[in-house]
Amino acid sequence: MTDTLDDIGLSTTGERRAVVAAPGKAPDKDWVIVTRGLKRQYDMGGEIVRALQGVDVAIRRNEYVAIMGPSGSGKSTLMNLIGCLDSPDEGEYWLNGLLVSEMSDDALARVRNKEIGFVFQTFNLLPRASALQNVELPLVYGGIGADERKKRAMEALDRVQLSQRVHHRPNELSGGQRQRVAIARALVNRPSILLADEPTGNLDSNTSEEIMRIFEKLGAEGQTVVMVTHEPDIAAHAKRVIVLRDGVISSDQRRDQFAAQVGLGGGH
Amino acid sequence: MPFFEAVVLALRTIQTQKLKSSFTLLGVCIGVMFLISVVSIVEGMGRYMEDDLVGKLIAVNTFELRNRPNINIGDVDEATWEEYRKRKRIEYRETPAIVADLPSDVRYAIVSDGGVTGTSKTGGQPRQLRAYAVEGDYFEIKKMGVTAGRVLSQQEMLNGERSVVIGVDAAKRLFPSLDPIGREMRIGGVPYKVVGLAEVQGSALGMSFDNFVIAPWKSQMRRLLNPRPNMIDAVMVQSASEPAMKETMETVRAVMRAQHRLRPSQKDDFSLQTADSALEFWNKIKSYLVLAGIALPAIGLVVGAIVIMNIMLVAVSERTAEIGIRKALGARRSDIMSQFLIEASVLGTVGSAIGVGLGIGLAKLVAVVTPLPASVAPWSIFVGVALGAGVGIISGSYPASRASRLDPITALRAE
Repeated sequence: MTDTLDDIGLSTTGERRAVVAAPGKAPDKDWVIVTRGLKRQYDMGGEIVRALQGVDVAIRRNEYVAIMGPSGSGKSTLMNLIGCLDSPDEGEYWLNGLLVSEMSDDALARVRNKEIGFVFQTFNLLPRASALQNVELPLVYGGIGADERKKRAMEALDRVQLSQRVHHRPNELSGGQRQRVAIARALVNRPSILLADEPTGNLDSNTSEEIMRIFEKLGAEGQTVVMVTHEPDIAAHAKRVIVLRDGVISSDQRRDQFAAQVGLGGGH
Repeated sequence: MPFFEAVVLALRTIQTQKLKSSFTLLGVCIGVMFLISVVSIVEGMGRYMEDDLVGKLIAVNTFELRNRPNINIGDVDEATWEEYRKRKRIEYRETPAIVADLPSDVRYAIVSDGGVTGTSKTGGQPRQLRAYAVEGDYFEIKKMGVTAGRVLSQQEMLNGERSVVIGVDAAKRLFPSLDPIGREMRIGGVPYKVVGLAEVQGSALGMSFDNFVIAPWKSQMRRLLNPRPNMIDAVMVQSASEPAMKETMETVRAVMRAQHRLRPSQKDDFSLQTADSALEFWNKIKSYLVLAGIALPAIGLVVGAIVIMNIMLVAVSERTAEIGIRKALGARRSDIMSQFLIEASVLGTVGSAIGVGLGIGLAKLVAVVTPLPASVAPWSIFVGVALGAGVGIISGSYPASRASRLDPITALRAE
């Protein structure tokens, strides 16, 4: 197996089963994300949509995981729950040792600020703010002082090779550059997880490759990355691929197994 | 988010949305502008009435015993006038009893006043002059000094000598471009020697306070001022403080009631006039003017508040995505709430600050082009700015709370 070295740190199926099957118990610090029996349903004009019907996910620190599935599979709902933008109707969600499924809105806001770095398909940068100001934003809500903020924002922009364009506004940047600003913003608070939602969905294939290389580099540096996508070739960049179907996990595989299954042919 | 940064953020947002912001500012701005200018004009009129007009007629901590008030600003009804007309004149022989009961530290003066015609060798035609026949501490009470010569001495007053102190306008008319000191003028055919030239007393409502002549009460001049020579117009009494003045007023009242043999059931048949009593009616008008001056701009401010609320509501729906982003990055409800509240109150404050500036300008303009004086009251600036900020906060609170309650997932999708 050519992926042996990459797989250092990748959890095994047995380990995951063990940590998921202990309801109410705080997982070991090594597990960044543990969900147990996560359920979420929506009332869409009288019709109950069961978006998630009991999802168990365990992700260990330093893993680079893709969550895949067709539209309507519940992957967006799962991403919102993992990203603490939404709360489950049933089940537990432990994020970095914190039981976030029971938290109040303000506590969730704090968790989003400290533990999660979001990267969105549409970049979601503030249009009237410069790249630097955008990257500083999580630090503003984290209560970091202006000098420290600027220093850390510059470091984060440097990590995505954008230190030359810090004073540009989003409309003065290319799509790839915008997404790099968004990645810098996601990294600036040193989050437990980098949570990317279709990060290449609005980019051409060359730029997509460029962004994926950044994720790979970050993964190699030890950043836990969770990426939600519906594109198998993007998912295949992750070391582990979870596939959702109709609100439940239909498979949870290593990259090589996934690639073989969807016919993408091994590593890159 | 710290308050200072929120203000900077608000200013930046306002700056990037210049047109929208300026419309928002306008409502508050106009309201505050009218508030400031109306209050300034009322305040200026008040200052004018109090300091220039009545203040020059009646000195500080001083009351005047008169048979009826001589300053009647406002409405005195027919019955009151009738009663005034029937009143007995105060006579010189009544004054020793009053003076005897006065505390030792008060100043007093006996005054008869009226109009006389003065002539001089150099003055050409006879000149109409305001005339005061005085005795006692008149110059001290009026704080009237001289620029040349001296004031009347107690000796001159007791002896009724024919010496006079004249005002600068009287001097100009009677002795054009001459030094009046030591010169002779005639009042009612009687010669008087000018011993002093009074300091400039100024003017009010186009009326000069410098066209006068002051002679000892015991001199001949008083015969021209009242139908009978033993009548006086006023006893002026000046105390060291306002409480002391009130006390002395009661003493004088008691003496006068005794002299006039009034029964307890009878009203005073004389008047004790102070600057405050003269200003009573003015103060009544002023409170109405101030009320009107506040009520009219208040309507403007309410309109301003509605405009701000509308624009903030539009801003919230336009910036739904921004709110979603901020929430995703860790903004709490209170952060979003305070962001929009501060934005609204900064808009209100900036609007009112501009309004204060324009209001002061408008008041000054009115002061220049009309005879109305204007005096900017510091409290009105404070109230104006506070009102603007308050209007911002009140009208911003509903949009801000709407913004803070937005669901981050829905908000993020709104693009």
